[in-house]
Amino acid sequence: MSAESRAAILARIRRANGVADNPARVSQQQHEWSLLSRAYRARGNLDDAQRLKLFDERIRHYNGTPFYSTGNIQSDIANILTERGKQTLIVPAGLPSEWLPEDFDFVPDNNLSKQQLDAADGVVTECTLGIALTGTVVLESSPTQGRRAATLIPDYHLCILRKGDIVELVPEAIRRLESIKGRPLTFFSGPSATVDIEMTRVRGVHGPRTLDILLI
Amino acid sequence: MSVHIGNAENAPSFPRAARAALINTQLRTNVRNATNIIQAKRNNMTGELPDWEELREAGHAIKNHTLKYLDLYLEQFEANVTRAGGMVHWATDADEANQIIGNIIADCTGKEIIKVKTMTSNEIRLNDYLENSGITPHETDLADLIVQLGNEDPSHIVVPALHINRTQIRDIFQKKIPLHELGIDNLTDDPQQLAEAARLYLRHKFLTVDIGFSGANFAIADTGAVVVVESEGNGRMCLTLPDVLITLLGIEKIVPTFRDLEVFLQSLPRSATGERMNPYNSIWTGVTPADGPSEFHVILLDNGRTSVLANGEGREALNCIRCGACLNVCPVYHQTGGIAYGSVYQGPIGAIVTPQLQNLEHSRSLPYASSLCGACYDVCPVKINIPEILIFLRGEIIRDEQRTLLGKFQLENIAMQAMALVFSSSGLMTTAEALAKFAQGPLVHDGIINRLPGMLSGWTNSRDLAPMPRKSFRDWWLQREKDKGQ
Repeated sequence: MSAESRAAILARIRRANGVADNPARVSQQQHEWSLLSRAYRARGNLDDAQRLKLFDERIRHYNGTPFYSTGNIQSDIANILTERGKQTLIVPAGLPSEWLPEDFDFVPDNNLSKQQLDAADGVVTECTLGIALTGTVVLESSPTQGRRAATLIPDYHLCILRKGDIVELVPEAIRRLESIKGRPLTFFSGPSATVDIEMTRVRGVHGPRTLDILLI
Repeated sequence: MSVHIGNAENAPSFPRAARAALINTQLRTNVRNATNIIQAKRNNMTGELPDWEELREAGHAIKNHTLKYLDLYLEQFEANVTRAGGMVHWATDADEANQIIGNIIADCTGKEIIKVKTMTSNEIRLNDYLENSGITPHETDLADLIVQLGNEDPSHIVVPALHINRTQIRDIFQKKIPLHELGIDNLTDDPQQLAEAARLYLRHKFLTVDIGFSGANFAIADTGAVVVVESEGNGRMCLTLPDVLITLLGIEKIVPTFRDLEVFLQSLPRSATGERMNPYNSIWTGVTPADGPSEFHVILLDNGRTSVLANGEGREALNCIRCGACLNVCPVYHQTGGIAYGSVYQGPIGAIVTPQLQNLEHSRSLPYASSLCGACYDVCPVKINIPEILIFLRGEIIRDEQRTLLGKFQLENIAMQAMALVFSSSGLMTTAEALAKFAQGPLVHDGIINRLPGMLSGWTNSRDLAPMPRKSFRDWWLQREKDKGQ
């Protein structure tokens, strides 16, 4: 059934385009793709300090909170978690253990159930990169960033980002993600939100409602 | 193959449905408020990008290129999804898509599914189909939940509950959500409280339902990845937590490469909700061990899209990325809201997509639901020339009608043919002008014509007509040439 439909749909497309099923078209296809007009900005022009400042502004604009490392990541994390009143936190199995302060309950995510994830106060992970212009953080599925469910179900997310991993523009981010494009990727810009009621932005629907970013 | 676009084939004509919408002042107020806000945000966000026009140009070029090689890109997408452990199904029409989805669900133990907002599932009327087979679909996008619980029709492709205000939403929630069980005793119409009620209501579903369902914003040929952009996190829940994930996507959702996202992830959020980036974008490829669903199905849906593709002058309608900017800016949509279009795709883009998907057999009044002002073209992030396609479709419909004997001898057609004859001959035109100047005499009052007789009255029902001037342009021109010669 599906095989017949597949053949029928492809045949209809070829008829509509007036082409035959010809393997030589693949190189033509790639060639024409490479010639497509891309006159938009591919590279930003801010220096490191300006880029960081813009990222900071945009993260705040979308209700995330940036923190700056004092050089001691372990005590930075302790301070933030104390300020937020979080005690039990999920951590991906590969997160450096020397980052984790004592006096908190860090639960490694060894395939925890959804209910176990839901019971935690929050989650602490690394991330792949930040985009300054849009106030976006990108997560990939990896040992230090965990699986997607772990950064989704808990209501609080503390995300650790290297300042050197902040790019200015979306195309710069996409270029850096090219090598890991097959992994699950999550872009988030602030905590979850909705504008479905009279276009009024409401914070915190289903994803984590509080987002902190520790810049190291 | 039989194409169905929601229930568009049974919808009343646009003028009839619009009349009902226009007397609903509450609806008009809600639509006006929401579209004004969203449009202002969109203008700010596109205005701050110095390369906005270049992004539009690139989006246009990528999409046109994709249509040209759509067969190859679909095959590449299929191969990459399969390689990554996903299953690809092909559906020629809505019925076939519903059957495929029904069969996948029948093989699972669960009888419920959680859904991310998808217009394509409204297009195939999936919820009706599932409910008839004993499956309960739960909409999890806040607006879709409101529409589902309120038994409403979606009125906007991005914000389906745009026509419903906060008080009406509270009333729907009070009736349909077991608020007391969720520990909510006194629900007000504060948006924060309403969103919190939805969060609590859906939380349990997210943690327990085993089958997720989504549409897609983009499907990437060179990786086999699917992209869903959203705001609330309900999408991430549905895409990540269930064991089985089913994604329905129209074949036009393909983009060639991962790199092409650098264009659309800029132009879509700024056009759709006036944000620099959506709160959440999810990108995934097939299945990933120990991360997310262990079973992933993609259904590639035609349902009339290949007929649009065959329509030389109308095919660019398939380039739409469903941002809704053309709805928000449209003076007609502003007045009527979306339900009058009788389709899951409303507004200017709906007026060119809906009839074409149905091979112009239904929804034939929609290409006329426009003043052709061109605002939709100006805001379109992929530069679809909507006004041009509207005119082309009007022509197709007229030519279609002229093919029937009844159409040929319709008064309007005879009048138009006569006009065409007059306009093509200088002598006839002069005679006609003289005749009209003479005949209009009794109709002119205080320098305007405010009521024309017979079937011409349609024109003057809602506007005045300037009378023919004593001296026509052609008279003036002749006189001028004569004076010059002297």
